[in-house]
Amino acid sequence: MTLAVDPNATVTRAEVEDFLYHEADLLDQWKLDDWLGLLTEDASYFVPPNDKPDADHRFTLFTVADDIVRLRERIIRLKDPNCHAEFPPSRTRRMISNVRITGVEDGLIAVAANFAIFRHRRNEPVREFVGRYRYKLKRTDAGLKIAERRAILDAEELGRMGSVSFLL
Amino acid sequence: MTDLHNGNGGGNGPGNGSGNGRLVVEDLENLSFSVNRKVFVSDDVLEGEHRAIFDKCWVYVGHASEVKNPNDFRSRQVAGRPVIFCRDRAGTVRALINSCRHRGALVCREREGNARQFYCIYHGWSYNTDGSLKGIPGDDAYPPGFDKTKKGLVPVPRLEHYKDFYFANFDHNAPDLHRYLAGAKDYIDLVVDQSPSGRMEIISGVQEYDIKANWKLLVENSVDDYHLVTTHSTWLNYMRNSGVNITPAKGHMLPTKGFGKDLGNGHLTTDNPNYRGRPVAKWISVYGEEAKADIEAIRKELVERLGEARAARVADTNRNLCIFPNLVINDGSSVTVRNFFPVSPGHMRVTAWALGPVEETEAQRARRLHAFLTFYGPGGFATPDDVAALELAQQGFAAWREVPWSDLSRGMGNSQQQLATDEGHLRVFWRKWSQLMEARQ
Ligand code: FES
Ligand SMILES: [Fe+2]
Repeated sequence: MTLAVDPNATVTRAEVEDFLYHEADLLDQWKLDDWLGLLTEDASYFVPPNDKPDADHRFTLFTVADDIVRLRERIIRLKDPNCHAEFPPSRTRRMISNVRITGVEDGLIAVAANFAIFRHRRNEPVREFVGRYRYKLKRTDAGLKIAERRAILDAEELGRMGSVSFLL
Repeated sequence: MTDLHNGNGGGNGPGNGSGNGRLVVEDLENLSFSVNRKVFVSDDVLEGEHRAIFDKCWVYVGHASEVKNPNDFRSRQVAGRPVIFCRDRAGTVRALINSCRHRGALVCREREGNARQFYCIYHGWSYNTDGSLKGIPGDDAYPPGFDKTKKGLVPVPRLEHYKDFYFANFDHNAPDLHRYLAGAKDYIDLVVDQSPSGRMEIISGVQEYDIKANWKLLVENSVDDYHLVTTHSTWLNYMRNSGVNITPAKGHMLPTKGFGKDLGNGHLTTDNPNYRGRPVAKWISVYGEEAKADIEAIRKELVERLGEARAARVADTNRNLCIFPNLVINDGSSVTVRNFFPVSPGHMRVTAWALGPVEETEAQRARRLHAFLTFYGPGGFATPDDVAALELAQQGFAAWREVPWSDLSRGMGNSQQQLATDEGHLRVFWRKWSQLMEARQ
């Protein structure tokens, strides 16, 4: 693993955008094992509660707060036909925009982006998940990896979105 | 309620046209218990529930810990009414109807906060946090008989609490809360005893989500252990992958043999020996080796304070408690308080919180929240599949005329105590529901 002296000098927004679009494509295609390959060995994934979007998961009840162990288990679950909420898998389509590199901290590249995810299931109206991503990306020999991923929903409550049973 | 019957429509439950028009039919002779699916789809039934149940029973408003300080407030819906749950300047907990006495506007629009007054943006009437009217712009224009002391925010007709759980009743003549709660109090005690000082708190972060299903299905689902193995096999796999023993006990569906209990007045609970870990205080491998000593210390405190037997009762048993009609406290992998109200017959709105002892250290709190999310909530490993099951049931009810009856006879005729995988405790809910609905004019 090599860290650039100044990661900003070695990563461009275009590169980050390509990475996020690729990730979105894997998730929309439910290529979940390939998606796991984008993560660092200690990655985490968060969906904060709608009423406390900027809270800390150690003190606040989140919707999702996975360390890498539970995240791997989540993928096992999502691939299982007995994951009833996602079988057959929802059809999702992710629109990602407003991608920005917002800083570098401890060798991690902080990235902000907006998302709109449309989720379709049979016998259900479309459900729209709109919000912002906050990523911490790590530059490795194998390219960019996700060290932390935070999907922060804009809605005041989940309401008609119902469950967050797929990966936001 | 012991009439009916004779199945013709599919031979399952009372046939079409029988049951004397009743919606819940119990036949003790032939050992059947049937619920007419009309109760899940009918606007008339829902209207009846509003009048006979939500306007008559004690409904949950909030927990004292949500309004810790004077002038703290939370605005929320209670049985369809906008309510301000607050602590007034003098420290009294109140539940005020959030509607201006002038011409109706909400006077509190924020979800939560601390405020010295509630101010109506329409014409500027303002109210103190005890509800009393504070000021009226241009009050000289009101006639001489206009009495400002009678123009405060209206409190809910009754507000009472048991161990910091506050309930409202919209019926002035309701029996007091403690009597109403009957045997449910013992199970609330078991939850509260997890705190060394007997003080639990709602943890920040709320889960508010809709389910496209009738609200009563979540009552059933919250206490139904029959569905666990099928609906939650992916959660069980996760437990097993994490080193937890989930082998069913001999002759049982689940790793431990638990019971379903009638607590009186329509309240019910499961009462299960724990296998899935408890933050207070049963270690499982998911918590990690480093948590072992800490869990032991929590356990030790319990034993010192409560004695061996009571400590074991608190720490080694789980309960999914339903307080009639719509408050669920699940004290299992973690503690969740879950309240839900109907929006329409096929649509409910759920609010869920995490509850924990106020004394918890950072590490203990983090462990509790982690344990919560392995099972509960809209992003958990189990709740989304419950939601899926309930929504499938609701979709099936579209054919309620052709398939009118749901079967809740599981465990009937069992002379032993009802198991948590039986439906005896679900029948407790339905009997009370039926009694109240039939009593209404
Ligand atoms: S409606 Fe509130 S001041 Fe007029
Ligand atoms: Fe369940």
